[in-house]
Amino acid sequence: MKKKIKILIAKPGLDGHDRGAKVVARGLRDAGFEVIYTGLHQTPEMIVNTAIQEDVDMIGISILSGAHMTIFPEVLRLLKEKGATDIHVFGGGIIPDEDKEKLYQLGVGKLFDPGTKISEIVEYINNYFKDKS
Amino acid sequence: MTISEYLKKFEEKDIRALSKIITIVEEGLEGSEEILDYISKKTGKAYRIGFTGPQGSGKSTLIAKLTKRLLKRIKGIGIIACDPSSPFSRGALLGDRIRMSELFLEEEVFIRSMATRGSLNGLAYKTKEVADILDAFGKELIIIETIGASQVDVEISNLVDTTVVVFVPESGDGIQILKAGLTEIGDIFVINKSDRMGADVLYYELKNLIEMSYQNSKWKPPVVLTQALNNQGIEELEKSIFEHYNYLKENNLLQEKRKNMLKRELANSFEEEILKIYWQDERIRRRFDEIFLEILNKKISFSEGIKKLLKEVKND
Amino acid sequence: MTEKEREELEKEYQIWEEKLKDLPQCSLPLFNTISDIPLKIVYTPLDIKDFDYLRDLGFPGEYPFTRGIRHTMYRGRIWTMRQFSGFGTAEDTNKRFKFLLAHGETGLSVAFDYPTLLGKDSDDPMAKGEVGVCGVAVSSLKDMEILFDGIPLDQVSTSMTINGPAAIIWAFYLITAEKQGVPFYKLRGTIQNDILKEYIAQKSYIFPPEPSLRIIVDIMEFASKEVPKWNTISISGYHIREAGSTAVQELAFTLMDGFTYVEEGIKRGLDVDTFAPRLSFFFNSHLDFFEEIAKFRAARRIWAREMKNRYGAKKKESLLLRFHTQTAGCSLTAQQPENNIIRTAYQALAAVLGGTQSLHTNSMDEAWALPSEKAVLIALRTQQILAYETGVVNVIDPLGGSYYVEYLTNKLEEEAYRYFEKIEKMGGMVQAIKAGFPQREIAEAAYRYQREIEEKKRIIVGVNEFILEDEKLEIPLLRIDPEVERRQVERLQKLRKERDNIVCEKRLKELKMAAKSNENLMYPILECARAYCTLGEITNALKEVFGEYKEEAFF
Repeated sequence: MKKKIKILIAKPGLDGHDRGAKVVARGLRDAGFEVIYTGLHQTPEMIVNTAIQEDVDMIGISILSGAHMTIFPEVLRLLKEKGATDIHVFGGGIIPDEDKEKLYQLGVGKLFDPGTKISEIVEYINNYFKDKS
Repeated sequence: MTISEYLKKFEEKDIRALSKIITIVEEGLEGSEEILDYISKKTGKAYRIGFTGPQGSGKSTLIAKLTKRLLKRIKGIGIIACDPSSPFSRGALLGDRIRMSELFLEEEVFIRSMATRGSLNGLAYKTKEVADILDAFGKELIIIETIGASQVDVEISNLVDTTVVVFVPESGDGIQILKAGLTEIGDIFVINKSDRMGADVLYYELKNLIEMSYQNSKWKPPVVLTQALNNQGIEELEKSIFEHYNYLKENNLLQEKRKNMLKRELANSFEEEILKIYWQDERIRRRFDEIFLEILNKKISFSEGIKKLLKEVKND
Repeated sequence: MTEKEREELEKEYQIWEEKLKDLPQCSLPLFNTISDIPLKIVYTPLDIKDFDYLRDLGFPGEYPFTRGIRHTMYRGRIWTMRQFSGFGTAEDTNKRFKFLLAHGETGLSVAFDYPTLLGKDSDDPMAKGEVGVCGVAVSSLKDMEILFDGIPLDQVSTSMTINGPAAIIWAFYLITAEKQGVPFYKLRGTIQNDILKEYIAQKSYIFPPEPSLRIIVDIMEFASKEVPKWNTISISGYHIREAGSTAVQELAFTLMDGFTYVEEGIKRGLDVDTFAPRLSFFFNSHLDFFEEIAKFRAARRIWAREMKNRYGAKKKESLLLRFHTQTAGCSLTAQQPENNIIRTAYQALAAVLGGTQSLHTNSMDEAWALPSEKAVLIALRTQQILAYETGVVNVIDPLGGSYYVEYLTNKLEEEAYRYFEKIEKMGGMVQAIKAGFPQREIAEAAYRYQREIEEKKRIIVGVNEFILEDEKLEIPLLRIDPEVERRQVERLQKLRKERDNIVCEKRLKELKMAAKSNENLMYPILECARAYCTLGEITNALKEVFGEYKEEAFF
C-alpha cells in the first residue's frame, strides 16, 4: 500500500479566481496529502500531462467560469487517450445540478458546491481509497 | 501490471511507465529492488545539475527558463523539484511546478515533484534513485532543485556534477555566505532578481570571496546576474554551465567526481544497512536497555558501557 | 469633556465592567470583526478620547470628507443604481441593459466574458467553452456598436469592468459614441483599468507591470485632454476582498494601489490636479456591518489627507474619494439562495450609510449562475426600497458620532497605515506585488476564514448551521446558449472578410512602432479600432512589444 496519496488541484481555462483552489490545496496538505497545484490558465492537456508525470491518484478541478461542460469531458478524453483512466477526477465550483448529472454519467467523481467544507473533501478522498482497497 | 511489464514499457520510453516506476521506488513498494537493479546497469549517460539557494530566490523560474533554452541543444531533460513535507500533518504542498508551466507541453521534459517526507538535507530521501531512473530512461540532462530552506542545502553537491547556488540581493552579506560554507559547494553562483537593490554590492562581495577562497583552484566559480522572470542572464548561465562541464571533462574530473559519488553512496547505504541490522536484533536491543540502566544507576561509567556494547556486537 | 468629567466616566465604566464578570458569557462564537479586530461589548466617549470634530470628521463636502464627499449627498442626488451585467452576445446584453434601464437603473455597467477580459477574440483556441458565459463577448468595434444600439451615450454613464485590454475596449466605446454623433468630451463613465489589483487578486492581467502602468498613464493623460468627464481608473478593493482579504487589507492595498497610480502620473510629469479628480474607487460591502461603514469613512479621510499633504493636490476634486460599491459576492451561499436577498440588503444598507456614490446589488442566484431577470429585478428593487422607503437618505452620515463607529474608523485607519509602512519598506506596491506580499496576506486571511467556518467559530446560515437536509434548488437559472460561441465566431469571420485588411495591417504596424516609443498609445489604438481591427489582433500586437505576464503563484 502506498504511503502517500497525491492530489493534483487544477485551474483550467481563463478563469482567474483561485481563492477556492488555494484554500483547498492548503487544506488537503494539512490533512496529510501531497498536493500539487497547477497554477492558472491550464489547458486540459497541460493538466493531464502533469497528472501523469506526477503519478497523482486524483485530479481536483476548480471551475467557476461555466466552462465545465467543455473542460471535464476533454480531461477525461485525454486521460483515456494516454492510458491513465485510473486517475480519478473530481471537482468543485459553480456547476448547476443538471450539468452535474451529465458529468457523473461521463465518469466524473463528486462535484462539490460552494460552501463545501475541506473536511468533506478529505473524507471523500479517504473513503474513495478505503473502498478501493 | 507486473514489474517486468512496467520495465518493458519503460524501455519503450512510455511516460506513464516511467512515472509509475518512480512511484514504486519512491514509496519503496514491492518490486523496488528489482527496478533499481535493472536501472543501475543503465545509468551514467546523463549530466546532473543541482540548484540550491534560499527560499524565494527564484530557483524554479530559473530552471524553467534555462530548460526552455537548453531544449534547443539537448534532447530529454528531467527535473526533480523538492519541497518540504509539513512536520505536523506530513502532507506537502508541492509548488515548484507552478513556475514551470511553460514546460508542461514539452514532450522532452519530465518534471517530478518530491516531498522531503522527513528528510533533513533539503532533498527527498529517494532523490538520487529517481535521478538514476531518469538517467536510465534516456534523459540527457537531469536538474535537481532543493527545497532551499534557510541558507543552502549542502548535500546536493554530492549528487550532481555541477552545483548552482542561487542568491537574491536580500540574501545577506558576504560574511554570512562564508560562514554557511556555501562557497565550498558552489560551482556557479547566480544572483537572481538582479534588478533589485543590493545586487551589485552582493556581486562584488561574492567575487571577492571567490577570489580569496579559490586562489589556487583551476576553476573559479563565475557569478552570473539574472532576472529569471524577464529571461535576462539565462544565456550567460547556460554558458557557465557548459564551461564547467568542459572544465570537468578536460581535466578528467567528471569521472573522478562520479567515482567519489558512488563510493560515498555505497558507504552511506552500507552504514544504513548495518545500523538496521543491529537495531533490529532483539538481543542487542535488550542488552542496550540493560547497559543503559547500568550507566543510569552509576554502576558503570559511560565509556565502560560503550565497551560493553561493542563486545555484544563483536560476539555476533 | 473636561479632565474631571473623563475621570468620572472612567471610574463609572470600570464599576459597570466589573458587573460583567458575574454574568454568564454569551454563547456566540466570535467577538472580533471579520478582520479580527477585537471588539469591546460597548463603546463610550472614553474610546474616542482625542476626538476633534473639525479635524477628524469635518462637514460633508469639506476636508477631510469623512462624513461624505458632497454637501448634500443623497438629498442632492441619490447614488447611481448601476447593476453589473453582461452575458452572451452583444444583442443579448443590449436587451438586458434596456430591461434594467426601463426598471429604474440609473447607470450602465458592463461585464465582459473571459476571453474579452484577457484580450482574446471569441475564436481564439483558448476561448473554447468560455464565449459569452461569464459576460458579454466583445471582439471588435462592431460588437460594441451592437451592445449600445439604441442607447444614447450622451445620456447614460457607463462603467466597464476591463483591465488588461482597457485601452482597447475603451477605444471601441469612444468610437461607438463618435458614430452615434456624441463627441468625446460629453462622455461620462468609468473603465476599471486597475492593473495592480489584477496582479494581486483578479488575475486578468496581460502585460507585465511596467508597460501596463505606462498604458494607464497614457489613458489618464488622454482623458484629461479629450474625455474630461471620464473616470480613468476604478481603483478596486472589491476583488481583493473577494479573494479573501480582511477589511483592513482591502482598505490598505486599495489605497496603496491608488497612491502608486498618482505617483506614476507625477513621474510622467503630469500635474496631479489634472488627473486626480478623475480617479475613482470601487469597494466591497461585506457582512460585518459596522466594519464596512467604518472602512468607507476611513478611506475618504486617508485619501484626502495623503492627496493634500503628500502629493500636494490643490484642487478640492483631487481630494475626493468617490466610490462605487458592490455587495460581497463571496458571501452569497449556494444553499438556500433566497437568503442571499437578505444578505445583499444588509450589505447595501452598509454601503449607503457609508456614503457610496454608486451601488451594485448582487442577485440571489449568483452562487449558481449569472443573474436571471427575476433575480436581478429583486436586486434592483432592494436599492430602490432603500432609497425611497427607509429614510436613510435624509441625513448625511447618520452614524457619525457613534462611539463605536468613530472608534472603528480610527482603528481601521491605524491598521491601514501599518500596512502602508510595511509596503513602503519593501520599496512600494509594485515591488511588494512582485515579492508576493499582498497575495500571501490575502491567501493567509482566506485560509483563516475557512478554518473559522469549519470550526464553527463563524456561522454561515444554511452552510454550517440552520441547514436544510436534501435541499432542492428551486429557482430558475440563467443558461447560456452554446450557440452564442458559434454565432460570435461566424460574426468575427465575416468581419475579417468585409473590412479593409490592408488598412488594418497598417494600423497594427503603427501601433507596434508607437508602443516601442514614448507616444501616447490611445491615439494609435483608436485608429486600430476605427479600422475594425479585432481585440485579439490589437492585444497581440502589443504583446509582441511588451511581452506577457506570468504570475508566480503565492500561497
